Amino acid sequence: MHAVRCVNVRRVYKQGDEDVVGLDGVSLEVEEGGFVCLRSPSGGGKTTLLNVMGGLDRPDSGEVWVAGERIDTLSKGQLAHMRLHQIGFVFQAYNLIPVLTARENVEFVMQVQGVPTAERRKRSLEILSEVGLDGLEDRRPAKMSGGQQQRVAVARAIVSNPAIVLADEPTANLDSNTASHLMELFVELNQHHGTTFVIATHDQMVMGYARRLIRMRDGKLVEDIEQEAA
Amino acid sequence: MGTAAIVLRLAWRNLWRNFRRTTIMLAAVVVGVWAMIFMIALMRGMVDDMLLDGIRSLPGHVQIHHPNFRDDPTVNNLLPSPDEDLIAALDRPDVVAWSSRVRVPAVVMSERSSRGVTLVGIDPAAEAAISFVADDMAEGRFLEGPEDPGLILGRRLVERLETEVGKRVVVMTQDPDNEIADRGFRIIGVYEAQVASTEEAYAFAGRDTLQAMLGIGDQVSEIAVLGLDYRAVERLYQRIDAAAGDRAEVLPWNELDRYLSGMLGMMDGFVLVWIVVIFLALSFGLVNTLVMAVFERVREIGLMMALGMKPGVILGQIVAESLMLLGIGLFFGNVLAWVSIQPLKGGIDISVVSDGMEMMGVGNVLTPSLRAGDMALATVVVLVLGFLASLSPAVRASRYHPVEAITKA
Repeated sequence: MHAVRCVNVRRVYKQGDEDVVGLDGVSLEVEEGGFVCLRSPSGGGKTTLLNVMGGLDRPDSGEVWVAGERIDTLSKGQLAHMRLHQIGFVFQAYNLIPVLTARENVEFVMQVQGVPTAERRKRSLEILSEVGLDGLEDRRPAKMSGGQQQRVAVARAIVSNPAIVLADEPTANLDSNTASHLMELFVELNQHHGTTFVIATHDQMVMGYARRLIRMRDGKLVEDIEQEAA
Repeated sequence: MGTAAIVLRLAWRNLWRNFRRTTIMLAAVVVGVWAMIFMIALMRGMVDDMLLDGIRSLPGHVQIHHPNFRDDPTVNNLLPSPDEDLIAALDRPDVVAWSSRVRVPAVVMSERSSRGVTLVGIDPAAEAAISFVADDMAEGRFLEGPEDPGLILGRRLVERLETEVGKRVVVMTQDPDNEIADRGFRIIGVYEAQVASTEEAYAFAGRDTLQAMLGIGDQVSEIAVLGLDYRAVERLYQRIDAAAGDRAEVLPWNELDRYLSGMLGMMDGFVLVWIVVIFLALSFGLVNTLVMAVFERVREIGLMMALGMKPGVILGQIVAESLMLLGIGLFFGNVLAWVSIQPLKGGIDISVVSDGMEMMGVGNVLTPSLRAGDMALATVVVLVLGFLASLSPAVRASRYHPVEAITKA
C-alpha cells in the first residue's frame, strides 16, 4: 500500500494581488517505508506539497490519499483527526510547546489521542532515550540546544507510529554535525521502525541519505530518481 | 480525559507565562470582586436595616384585619378577639410572637399644643417581641400590662407638645357610635425610634384601657404575627389565612407595605446590575489580556493544530485560561471581602449622614450584611460573563489556519 498518493494535485494561492501556482498537477506515490527527499529552489513547491500531503492545506483540485484514505475531501475536524493519528511533523524551526518539558512535548500527541498515562510515559521515555536525550526528559525547550530540540520534535513525530513523517527543512537551523546526527537518526528509524519519511530540503547532505530524490520546479515534479543512500 | 488534562495543564502554565501581566490582571479581578461583594454587603445591610425597622414599626410578618380596615382604619372596622382555631394556628413553633392591638386615629392635647397621631392599644408583654417600642424606651417606663393607664409618646411628639414624662395629656378619638371618646392619660414613658418621623406618628396605651375608653369590649383592630424570617413568610401567611377564614383579611408584610417589599426587589435587581457593571469594567482588561496571550502564541496554536488538536480544544484551552484567572481572582476577592467585613460586623457609625437617610428609614448605624447567596451570585455571574468575554479571543485562536499560524514570525 502507498503511504501517500497524490493525483494531479493543483494548488494556487494568493500573494498580494497575484495568483501563485504552488502545485501544478503533481502526481506522486510514496511507498510505505520509503525515504524520500523533495528538493527544489525556494518557491518550487516542496513545502506546499508537504502541507497538502499532511492535510495542513487543501488542494484546489486533484486527490490526496494517506494510508489508503482520501483526505482532500475531509472536514477540518476529520483532517485534525487524520493528522493526529497518521502524520508526524518535523518543522524547520523546532516548534516545541515552550511551557511543556521534553517528555510532555513527546507525550502531547499521545495524550490528545487518549493513550493511557502509564503507556504514554513508557513510550515517551523509550523514544527520548532512542533519540539520545536520556536525562533531559524534564527540561523545557528554552533550556535545550537547537539540536536537542529538534530531536524532541523528531521523537514527538514518531512516538505514536504515524503512517508517514513529513519533515520540512529539518536541518536548516542545525550545524552540520548535528544535522548529520539527525539524518542518521531518521535513517535508523526508517530502517528499524519502517517509518516512511518525506523530507523537503535543499541541503545536499540531507539528500545524500535519501533512497529516492524528487526534484520540483515551479510546482511541478521535474525529476524522480532512485539512488543509493549514504 | 487525556485531552482535558493537557488542556488544563497548558492553560495553567500559559497563565503564568507572563507573570507580571497575569498578576496585574489578577489584582484587578480581586479588587473588582471585593468591591462587588463589599458594596453589596453594605447595601444589603442598609436595606435589611430599613426592612427590619419597617417591620418592627408595627406590621410584623403577617397581619390580620377586618376586611375593611385598610380602607377605613377606624374603630368601625374591628375584629372579634381571636377564636380557638386562630389561636391554635398562632400557637405554632414558626410563630415567634403575636399581638392583638387596637389602632385608631386620635388627637393628643397637652396644655400647650395638640397633634394628630395613631393611637395604638397594646399588650406590652406580647408586643415586646414584635415591635420596637419596648426596646426603644428613652425615658420613663414601658407599659406594665394591657390595663396600664399610662401613655407612651415618641421623643419628637413630646417636644412638639412641649410636655414631658409625668405630665398629663388628653387623648381624643371617636367611638363606634361616632361620638367623641376622650380621656386623660399620664405620660409614663418616651421612646426614640430609629426614624424620627415615627416618634411623631404613634402613641401607645394599654390595649384593655383603650378598649374600655372606646367601649368596644374585647374587639381589636389587628393582630400582628412575627414569624422566623421575613424573607420566608408564605407558608405562615397561608396557614393563618386558612385559620382566619373569610371574616378577616390576612396579609403578609410585603403586601401590607409595598414600599418595603419594593425596596427588597429593587435591591435584588441592584445587586445584579452592580455585579454586571463591575464585571464590564473588568472585562476590558480580561479580553485585552487574552487577546495579547493569543497573539503571542499564534505559532504554538498553529503547531498544536498541525499536530491534530481540534479547533474546539484550542478554544477550550483559551476559555480555561480565562476561567482559571477569574477563579483565582474570585477566590481571593471573596476571601478579601469576608475578611474586610468581619471587623465591621458591629456596624459602621453613619450618624454624620443619617439625617439625610432618615427619610428612607436608615438608622445611625449601618451593619454590612454579607450573604453566601450574594457571594455565590457574584461568582456565577463573573464566571458566566467571563466565559462569554473570553469567547471572542478563543474563537479567533481556534480559527487560525495551521499553515499560516505556524509560519507566523
